[in-house]
Amino acid sequence: MRPVQMKEGVHWVGIVDWNRRNFHGYSKSPMGTTYNNFLILDDKVTLVDTVAEEFWGALQCNLAQVLGTDRKIDYFVINHLEPDHAGCLALAVEKYRPEKIYTSPMGQKAMAAHFHYKDWPVEVVPTGSSISLGKRTLKFIEARMLHWPDSMLTYCPEDRILYCNDAFGQNWATSERWADEVDRHTLEELMKAYYANIVLPYSPVVLKTLSALAEMNLEIDMICPDHGLMLRGDDVPWAIAKYIEFAEQKPKNRAVIVYDTMWHSTEKMAGAVASGLADAGVSVRIMSMKENHHSEVMTEVFDAAAVVFGSPTHNNGILPLMADMLTYMKGLRPQNKIGSAIGSFGWSGECTKILTQWIEDMGMELVDPVKVKHVPTHDTYAQCYEQGKAIAAAIKAKLK
Amino acid sequence: MQKYVCEICGYVYDPAQGDPDSDIPAGTSFDDLPDDWTCPICGATKENFVPED
Repeated sequence: MRPVQMKEGVHWVGIVDWNRRNFHGYSKSPMGTTYNNFLILDDKVTLVDTVAEEFWGALQCNLAQVLGTDRKIDYFVINHLEPDHAGCLALAVEKYRPEKIYTSPMGQKAMAAHFHYKDWPVEVVPTGSSISLGKRTLKFIEARMLHWPDSMLTYCPEDRILYCNDAFGQNWATSERWADEVDRHTLEELMKAYYANIVLPYSPVVLKTLSALAEMNLEIDMICPDHGLMLRGDDVPWAIAKYIEFAEQKPKNRAVIVYDTMWHSTEKMAGAVASGLADAGVSVRIMSMKENHHSEVMTEVFDAAAVVFGSPTHNNGILPLMADMLTYMKGLRPQNKIGSAIGSFGWSGECTKILTQWIEDMGMELVDPVKVKHVPTHDTYAQCYEQGKAIAAAIKAKLK
Repeated sequence: MQKYVCEICGYVYDPAQGDPDSDIPAGTSFDDLPDDWTCPICGATKENFVPED
């Protein structure tokens, strides 16, 4: 896509990655993604972030379209060192020879560790510091652990633009650039999926950062994340309110049953638990790990009040796809959830004990597990149905 | 008691508060935290903490 002027002298010069389906190797991105970055034309021409290295050619083309032949780039602002944003940095430094590269204190450390440079003109800009571009100012706000230690926000008071890197992002490749030009429901779902899989563990930091921003009383016309659509006008307070809602992790009247199965016994148990939940008025979704990616499950789990984990016992452990799911989910640190376990077994029966340990390690409120030898009977189904009812009762108590 | 700050993310461990999420009761000094205790924000280990000025 060609560069887009956002305000007089401010241009989107990003890349739309239409074919990206695997985001960072761990999360699905079925709608693709974008790498947004921004060029500010002032006395000092400033580039905010770069794009993934594979798009260096396209980025140079975008920059040339705005810069023409006689202007250079004076300053780089690097809000985050992850390679989808800083991937072109070494190539850009070599080509444009910037006068300064501004980054956060932790950004300097990450930059040194990523690029092993010797003579780059790096200058650290801690929270509260600002630089002048001529007519404009850029102010810097550290956002450590939102979502890496080096994460930084950059605010321009004259343009009233907040450049916020990974915060407020969504994985969505579109020809539109602004959130008010696309389907609202899709936007919200993708923003939620992005939050659930990338930002979730840092929810306390999100709340702290948003509260610090509120205290600063910044006038914000545009929130410009580095992935997906940019937000302007009424979408700015909407997105901030959404992020507060996400970070508070208030559970909804929903449950997810995530399982793997060998000979369908655990799968059948999942169906009975789901019936118990549904009959008690809880919206429930059953997700097989053979058919769903861990990031899709995590998006569903995000605002559910309860998660039921199912696996048969396999070699005295659990099935590998469930181990993958549990490792992924634990790292994302979901809060305010109820957990329970189901599983069948052949000879030893460690499955529910292992799943229960994971549930406790994640700090979930435990509802008693159900396990069965080999194949469920009518009694087993009745137990699973009652387990579903018990989980529903726990959900109702939690939502009061 | 001495507070300790995480060099990775800036979280401050305050012995007066403890770390309820990890079942660390109020009044636990930094030295008395278990060796496998980690920063509740970024997950860094105890070696990443320094005394707060």
